[in-house]
Amino acid sequence: MSAAEVTAMPEGRGGRMTRAQIVNAALALGLIGFGLGAWAMDETFLVTLATKVAILAIAGAGLNLVLGFGGLVSFGHAAYFGLGGYASGILAHHALNYTAMFEWPFVFEGTTSMPVIWLTAMAVGALAALVIGALSLRTTGVYFIMITLAFGQMIFYFAISWPAYGGEDGLPIYVRNGFPGLNTLDPVQFFGLVCVVLFAMLGLISMLARSRFGLALQAARQNRQRLMAVGIRPGGVLLVAFVISGAITALAGALYADLNRFVSPSMLSWHLSGELLVFLILGGTGRLFAPLAGAGLYIALEHLLGGVSDHWQFFFGLLLLGVVLFARGGVIGFLAGGKRHG
Amino acid sequence: MADPILDIRGLSRSFGALKATDDVSLDLRAGEIHALIGPNGAGKSTLIKQISGEIAPDAGEVRLRGRSLAGVDAAGRARLGMARSFQVSSVAPEFTVLQNVVLSAQGASGASFRFFRPVMRDAGLLGTAHDCIAQAGLSGREAVPAAELAHGERRKLEIAMALALRPALFLLDEPMAGMGTEGATALGDLLDGLRHRAPILLVEHDMDAVFRLSDRVSVLVYGRVVATGTPDEIRADPEVQRVYLGEEA
Repeated sequence: MSAAEVTAMPEGRGGRMTRAQIVNAALALGLIGFGLGAWAMDETFLVTLATKVAILAIAGAGLNLVLGFGGLVSFGHAAYFGLGGYASGILAHHALNYTAMFEWPFVFEGTTSMPVIWLTAMAVGALAALVIGALSLRTTGVYFIMITLAFGQMIFYFAISWPAYGGEDGLPIYVRNGFPGLNTLDPVQFFGLVCVVLFAMLGLISMLARSRFGLALQAARQNRQRLMAVGIRPGGVLLVAFVISGAITALAGALYADLNRFVSPSMLSWHLSGELLVFLILGGTGRLFAPLAGAGLYIALEHLLGGVSDHWQFFFGLLLLGVVLFARGGVIGFLAGGKRHG
Repeated sequence: MADPILDIRGLSRSFGALKATDDVSLDLRAGEIHALIGPNGAGKSTLIKQISGEIAPDAGEVRLRGRSLAGVDAAGRARLGMARSFQVSSVAPEFTVLQNVVLSAQGASGASFRFFRPVMRDAGLLGTAHDCIAQAGLSGREAVPAAELAHGERRKLEIAMALALRPALFLLDEPMAGMGTEGATALGDLLDGLRHRAPILLVEHDMDAVFRLSDRVSVLVYGRVVATGTPDEIRADPEVQRVYLGEEA
């Protein structure tokens, strides 16, 4: 689904699916099928791999909201991913060690409850995005890219130099956090939970893209001058999108910490910001399912090519070059056809 | 006479040593088309931008229906009904005609932070948008992406977007630029009818159109208004003939 199409087309009109919708459904079923198939064959590692794809897709979906729909190239989304991870790690750390996280206004010993951790991670991500966005959105273009990168690096070095929570060594989570009614240590249950979160987030972004807010956001990408001239200030619209984006990516970070049962500064590194951008370019920037297509392809190639050659990233680079030069719409653009307007 | 809709008093703006706008006063009254003409570099676009709020004047003020607009930015002025078109057409190219006009109606409604219901099913906004598209003569083109419109159609789209703003006045910066004779005539007829919806401050290079459509004309030279009057008065003004109309007159 192209960005403009999201608002243009009432979905499923006349009961017939568009090609984009078929591709999206295939991607969703592909992920679920892969995860369940691996579980049926007792391939725990592959279930974990599918879970990783789903989590990275959530992180990419957060970035897609600002990049694909709002046109903001954030090169610092690892900040929210890592902050979400640390929110999870720190809360669990205190709960597992029975140490108070703070004693005023009440004694708080952390938590291992995923719903509480998720809300905390999203709040932390949203707050960080509010501060970083409010400052970064004063700039545009390459300056915006650089300032978001700079903020990301600041948080990265802060995490490295803060010994209380592991510093450079990171912070282990000895037991995966819990979700009421589920055994999250069972890989397939955790996979299912992550899939529910992924599709809930994609549904949320789809809803936002079709709303009044989404129309203004997509207009901000195309022509800020025009948006001002119809009485809408682009700054406010973009900042709200940035905050929602930060919250979604932080949620992914909390899940990623639980997947690995480990948080480290590498979650905050600019490599990860770059990978998230690559997912979207591979998948097709501005398309709702781009992060899933991109993350899936990336992890699959890493796994397959990585087994053949240590220099798999060289071949991956060639692929990326091919996409940028010959298939601007990414995988989804290639499969579903160019932008359709209805 | 009733108070003017738009009242500009003593507006000045310099860029370094260049006085782009030099103590400009003019007004726009209900029901009229007031054309602003002047040679290239006379400061017409700079003046329009000060009226629309894109740049701030060094001195002077702009009043809309008696209310000073000092400190009101471009978005705020648009919401007060200042409907602007740009010298180079400015629309959202990936949006369809309908989406562009709905965006404008949404801007006028002042409610863009709504996150749940699909905007393209908002009966109120759609109704306004379809009306404005019809008035601008773009019926049947609703589903066409703005980028695929012909030049003249994009001009009409800008008019439709201006109409959707519930305009108190139109600020049209060379709406006929780049159009053929036929297109310019058709657009002129459209503008002719619009003046009764809201008065038009029209910057235009097409002299035939200006003298045919305008109720009043102001001539801007080096940032100063050298004459204001009816088209006949302007045509007869020796100073205007000397500095501007030249051999044409």
